[in-house]
Amino acid sequence: MAAGSIVEPMHSATAADIAADEFSRVVTAHRPQIFRFLLASTRDVDLAETLTQECFLKAHRNWSSFRGDSSAMTWLMRIAINLQKDHWRNRRMRFWRTTRTNSVDLDEASEWLPSGESSAEQKMLAKEQVRHVWKAVEGLSERQRTVFLLRYVEERELSEIAATTGLSEGTVKAHLSRAVGRVRTELGRGK
Amino acid sequence: MSVWEKSGELPDDAHDELQSAGDDPILDLKLDEALRNFKLSVDAWSEAAYSTRRVVQSGPRRNWRRAAAWALGCALVASSVSGVVYQRHERQVAAKQAAVRLAEQQKRAADLQAASEEKLLASVDSDISQQIPSAMEPLAQMAEDDSK
Repeated sequence: MAAGSIVEPMHSATAADIAADEFSRVVTAHRPQIFRFLLASTRDVDLAETLTQECFLKAHRNWSSFRGDSSAMTWLMRIAINLQKDHWRNRRMRFWRTTRTNSVDLDEASEWLPSGESSAEQKMLAKEQVRHVWKAVEGLSERQRTVFLLRYVEERELSEIAATTGLSEGTVKAHLSRAVGRVRTELGRGK
Repeated sequence: MSVWEKSGELPDDAHDELQSAGDDPILDLKLDEALRNFKLSVDAWSEAAYSTRRVVQSGPRRNWRRAAAWALGCALVASSVSGVVYQRHERQVAAKQAAVRLAEQQKRAADLQAASEEKLLASVDSDISQQIPSAMEPLAQMAEDDSK
């Protein structure tokens, strides 16, 4: 009895340490992707950072209930999507959505290009294409945008997108098709 | 690292989605390229923002827009306050100068008055101290005697 009472707290402390270590590894591994997804969704660096922090805070609170049915990334992405939805639905934040004070405009967002060895002309062309895609993304519904970004920015498989969003694969495909159609139309306009 | 990142191409099954959406092969190529550039652009932006945030977070959090607004606000307040202070100072200096001028004028006027009074007294003294004509000498003698 006495031995048990000494051993048990030590055992639980070790389990807590392991859980903390695991969670810290998950944060290190997935934080950049979550931030990237939220940045692409909001086009607002401050908001993306805030929502990323909230996402990991929420994940930390619920880490013990994470059973590993899906990958940690899918689980975190689901939290991030829900937080983003909550944010936009929040009445107080609706004003900010309409004014978009912190989100950068399409031109500014299109400025970001990888530092390759391409010519100035190629860079201009790439910038123009990126601007068209951003314009198309801006016109998508929330769900279409999420599916599109998960597919073409986060490179998630259709099954993963379905698991993350809670939609069926067929619905994901339909949303993707519409989103890609929009991008195609936008690019066609820019010809 | 994904296949896309390694080869710079879209994921294999992504071509099905892209091709099923249209018939124009040139536009398909353009779409393929645009989506790749979009992905690379978001990656570059996110990487830059993320690494900047990491560096900034270790120090005080910076928000240049807020800082600029504060700086502008402070500059406006400082300029308006300094304007008011300057105007007040100018007014005080002007009032001091006016007071000095007035004092000088008053002093000058007083000096003039004093000088004219002195002149008058001197002239009165000189008039009084004139010698009694000889014809009036007996009368003057009588007045002196009476007073004794």
